Amino acid sequence: MTKLRPDLQIIADNITPGSRVLDIGCGDGALMAALRDEKGCDARGLEIDPVNVASAVGKGLSVVQGDADTDLATYPDGSFDYAVLSQTLQTTHRPDVMLDQLLRIGQQAFVSFPNFAHWRVRSSLMFGGRMPVTRLIPQSWYDTPNIHHVTIDDFRALVQDGKYAQEGQWFLSGDKQTGRGMANLLAEHAVFLLRG
Amino acid sequence: MSEDTRYGLNRQVRLLGPLPLDSGTSLAPVEYAYETYGNLNADASNAILICHALTMDQYVASKHPLTGKPGWWTDMVGPGRPVDTDRHFVICANVIGSCLGSSGPATINPATDEPWGMDFPVLTIADMVRAQAMLLDHLGIERLHAVVGGSMGGMQAISWAALYPERVKSAVIIASAARHSAQNIAFHEVGRQAIMADPRWRGGAYYADDDPPSSGLAVARMAAHITYLSEAGLTEKFGRRLQDREAKTFGFDADFQVESYLRHQGISFVDRFDANSYLYITRAMDYFDLAEAHGGALANAFRGSQTRFCLISFDTDWLYPTSESRAIVHALNAAGAAVSFMELSSPFGHDSFLLENPEMNRIVDGFLKAGEGK
Repeated sequence: MTKLRPDLQIIADNITPGSRVLDIGCGDGALMAALRDEKGCDARGLEIDPVNVASAVGKGLSVVQGDADTDLATYPDGSFDYAVLSQTLQTTHRPDVMLDQLLRIGQQAFVSFPNFAHWRVRSSLMFGGRMPVTRLIPQSWYDTPNIHHVTIDDFRALVQDGKYAQEGQWFLSGDKQTGRGMANLLAEHAVFLLRG
Repeated sequence: MSEDTRYGLNRQVRLLGPLPLDSGTSLAPVEYAYETYGNLNADASNAILICHALTMDQYVASKHPLTGKPGWWTDMVGPGRPVDTDRHFVICANVIGSCLGSSGPATINPATDEPWGMDFPVLTIADMVRAQAMLLDHLGIERLHAVVGGSMGGMQAISWAALYPERVKSAVIIASAARHSAQNIAFHEVGRQAIMADPRWRGGAYYADDDPPSSGLAVARMAAHITYLSEAGLTEKFGRRLQDREAKTFGFDADFQVESYLRHQGISFVDRFDANSYLYITRAMDYFDLAEAHGGALANAFRGSQTRFCLISFDTDWLYPTSESRAIVHALNAAGAAVSFMELSSPFGHDSFLLENPEMNRIVDGFLKAGEGK
């Protein structure tokens, strides 16, 4: 078993065995395969990149090629225990609508995203005066899929506006979990568990 | 197993029936011409049924007796292929209504001892599938490891999953649809009218003097063939190039390469296909609307289904466009069924599914292998 990306590992560790999971933007299906093989989950995926879809289907996973912005509407209410959106929120056209969809389809939702308020991003903008290019935000401003950069505090405010319950939060820095203290400044990456 | 005369190439069987039909009538007996490849394992769990398209036949992976051409899907079916004849027991039967040995308008009506002609009952896709189920009973196969089909074969594969969910572990549906659109029906109607406008059609009673409506059938094939290709594919292959000449002739000869190509397609088709079969099978496809049979909601066809589904479409296929596959995927999602779907890129239009496509093979191979041993 290859090692999961750290945010995916947190999600995998915190999903109840045997649950039904929809992984939106599932990539090559690494999380889905881990959930199937180690937790007996019934995992389904949605992925836009054809090479990733082919790779996931080749692993025996049920993955549909499609666009999260348009195709989630076709999934019935409450059809999954968990909806997972990892490192994808910042690429969606309407992150607020996306959260609504996640918690319509899933009883709970895991959302992970790179934190745009991390000190390295801040200092890059402050001292460099250019749009930040970091390990987790590797593309230049003109060719990045990240059209809605978000900070941890922004996300918390969105969760509050949407009146969703926050049931878990995890923070990562340099691929290691860090504490909650000053997460908006110190965490490179955040994982939230929400309930509708 | 190899001594079992039910298995092997060029098999023929007469099933007593009767086969009840959607039209309210029935068909008896049911003649079947089919081929099997590979060996059925001890618990009969490695069987894969290949469903063929409108004008294809049972010769999926062996030489066609009339044209001498190799099987029509040897990239997909054969030793070491995704449908692996070293690993799977593969069945491909000539669909009823067709003309390569299974019951159809050209076979003998037992009531009259004459060819059925237009007295042959009008069939549906579901009738074809129920007939295939009878054949599987005869072959001793209770449950299919997979049913695989493209185009009309995909309509049969999805119908298999809807009609016999407990008999289908996995279904592969390529370049297909859950219903025939107005455009699909329109093109078929052009083909049928071309056949029936040929004076030699004679209400379908042309078998006695072996003088079939070849001109009409050739035109039907020419029109249909255009729908199997794409504009980009035609442009790339022929452009406006002239056929074996330096200049336009100011006549109605096949000046253009594309004309010559289509004429050749039409002429060679009539050597291997029966005009009445073309009428019956296109009719069955036009009548196909899986949602209609389930209260208008396609998802109802798959409620509680344990079948795994894999759908593939092609970006230049305008006959069965990606939107048709997506409609099936959405219904399967709504029903909670396990579904994979991918739109592949290929310049060859609807015909893409019959051509070599490594991506398609990789997906089908991975999908079928993942369903094994569970």
